[in-house]
Amino acid sequence: MNRLHRLRFHWTFLAVIALIPLVETVFPHQRHLGELLRPIFIMAILGLGLNILTGFTGILNLGVAAFMAVGAYSYAILTCDIYPFQLGFWGATGLTILIGLTVGLLLGLPTIRLRGDYLAIVTLGFGEIVQDVLKNLDTITKGTQGINPLPAPTFFGYQFRPDRYQPWYYLFLAFVALIVLLNRNLQRSRVGRAWISIREDELASACVGINTMKMKLIAFSLGAAQCSLAGALWTSFLGSSGEPGNYDFQISVMAVCIVIVGGMGNIGGVLLGALVVSGFNSIVLENLTNFLKAHELISTTSVLTVPGNWKYLLFGLALILMMRFRPEGLLPSRQTKAELHPASERDSPA
Amino acid sequence: MSGGEVLLQQLIIGLSNGMIIALIALGYTMVYGIIELINFAHGDLFMLGCFCALTLVGALGLDRMAVGVGLAVMLVVTPLFCGGLNWLVDRLAYRHLRESTKLAPLVSAIGVSFVFMNFGLFWGGLPMKVFGMGKAAAAPKDFPLLVSNENLFGGSAVQFTAKDLMVIGVTLPLMIALTWFVKQTRAGKAMRAVAQDRVAAQLMGIDVNRVIGQTFLIGGALAGVASVVSALYNNSIYFQMGYRAGIDAFTAAVLGGIGSLPGAVLGGLFIGFARAFCDQYLATRWTNVMVFAILILVLVFRPSGLLGAKHGEKV
Repeated sequence: MNRLHRLRFHWTFLAVIALIPLVETVFPHQRHLGELLRPIFIMAILGLGLNILTGFTGILNLGVAAFMAVGAYSYAILTCDIYPFQLGFWGATGLTILIGLTVGLLLGLPTIRLRGDYLAIVTLGFGEIVQDVLKNLDTITKGTQGINPLPAPTFFGYQFRPDRYQPWYYLFLAFVALIVLLNRNLQRSRVGRAWISIREDELASACVGINTMKMKLIAFSLGAAQCSLAGALWTSFLGSSGEPGNYDFQISVMAVCIVIVGGMGNIGGVLLGALVVSGFNSIVLENLTNFLKAHELISTTSVLTVPGNWKYLLFGLALILMMRFRPEGLLPSRQTKAELHPASERDSPA
Repeated sequence: MSGGEVLLQQLIIGLSNGMIIALIALGYTMVYGIIELINFAHGDLFMLGCFCALTLVGALGLDRMAVGVGLAVMLVVTPLFCGGLNWLVDRLAYRHLRESTKLAPLVSAIGVSFVFMNFGLFWGGLPMKVFGMGKAAAAPKDFPLLVSNENLFGGSAVQFTAKDLMVIGVTLPLMIALTWFVKQTRAGKAMRAVAQDRVAAQLMGIDVNRVIGQTFLIGGALAGVASVVSALYNNSIYFQMGYRAGIDAFTAAVLGGIGSLPGAVLGGLFIGFARAFCDQYLATRWTNVMVFAILILVLVFRPSGLLGAKHGEKV
């Protein structure tokens, strides 16, 4: 695909998605697709945050859920009326992004020089520590209850309501579009080119004068900031920070799945990944369960007949099979594809 | 109980748990030593071993036989199962990723870990009496008390039970045998050669893939032994137990110096004692945080671990 073509793909994708609530308003039916898509937007922002690290810079982060938790709890503490801050949606979201940036920087500073697999384990450990700390510091975080209720956002005097899904839909979609735009520009900037160069060969990048530690640290903080934004948005919608256990390793692996299935380093690919992976999780599995229950096809005695019980197996298999047969993802960036399947392999002489 | 007795009791608890952690850590460290892969699925392999052991108890009625017979059957079949499974996974998944980036096998291993966890869930749903006739597949399962809780110190306040003796009696000889195997046998020598330099080993006529397969087999078998011992010691198994066990063991392996066999044992004991002391003297709810803090601090400040050789990073 040429450049224009790829550019068109992103925006067509977003345009189609933007039309869904309108179509559904014209043709009303029982369960709105738009409602089901909301968590996918959040996972897309999370995936795009991880993509800066894993896709662009080649750093595996197994603890993005922790940054999401940091975002969620920061937002909750900044808005909830039991704390002194009581900021509105916009102020709290802005500050949450800054907090995410800082936490990413603080975790990155001592650990970014570690090699890839060790860094991945450090982020995993961080993810577990954050959960336990949130659970144990219950005087501040309310332990497993979570912080709630939180006030709903307002937009130029318009009050968001839980029962009207369209405003939330467009709010989340606007954030996804903003993040896509930001990441695309980052990717083409000096910093983005440095990231990709580090992913390809860190030693060579250092030799041509790239400050690799600084660039990796920038990636780490920006990724963390995006993940905390995902946490803040989801919290604003739920009206509760949720319990610490909601931000567990499974969420982190889902984000990894999104980036890998979609296509590492390709923004359009990550969006597709979010749609496929997260959509499968929250739409297909759930509806299949409801359908089977309604038709009494699920027997209570067998664990095998509940679709949700196959979740880990399918995510796991997705990771194994993608790594084995299509490491570049469903929708690869041209560059990654060219590296993984060199020209000699593709253009075999006829 | 006096302060001294409490301390002694924690040392005994720490020792038994530490030996089990060490056994799992050995599997991590062997695989890492040879192909630099953090075998993320190792903890879940351990979990599957526990389910295998419980199935044996249920299918053969081992709880109605003499302790020695039950122990012997489980200690033969479970390591074979775990070792074989580990070998198979390497053959099907990791072997094809040897030439790709380092993160590819790690991601693949995370996938295997999830698949194993799901197998554990299904396994717990088998309609067998030991699994509660499959009613609640996800619920923790009771493992029958085959080795007794009887205190070998008689009426003393400090408990040193038959279980503690069993843990040490199984793990210690195994560790000695493993050291002998790696140091003295031809296969062990080949393993060390591959770990040191894969290409050079291949040039010397060593079948590298075969040796790596053997490493997975042995590492998996050790996890199998650990699962039998752990199930008999803790008397409860759970399909998500592998994650926690895996993290503890991995921390132990890193702490001792990943790639080093004595290091893994030392690290395992350290983590066992640290957990026991933290549970007793600090607070149980901070124990996991402490283990992760140890992991991160070791990785940041001394990535070569306690016994690991300080060598330049292989890029």
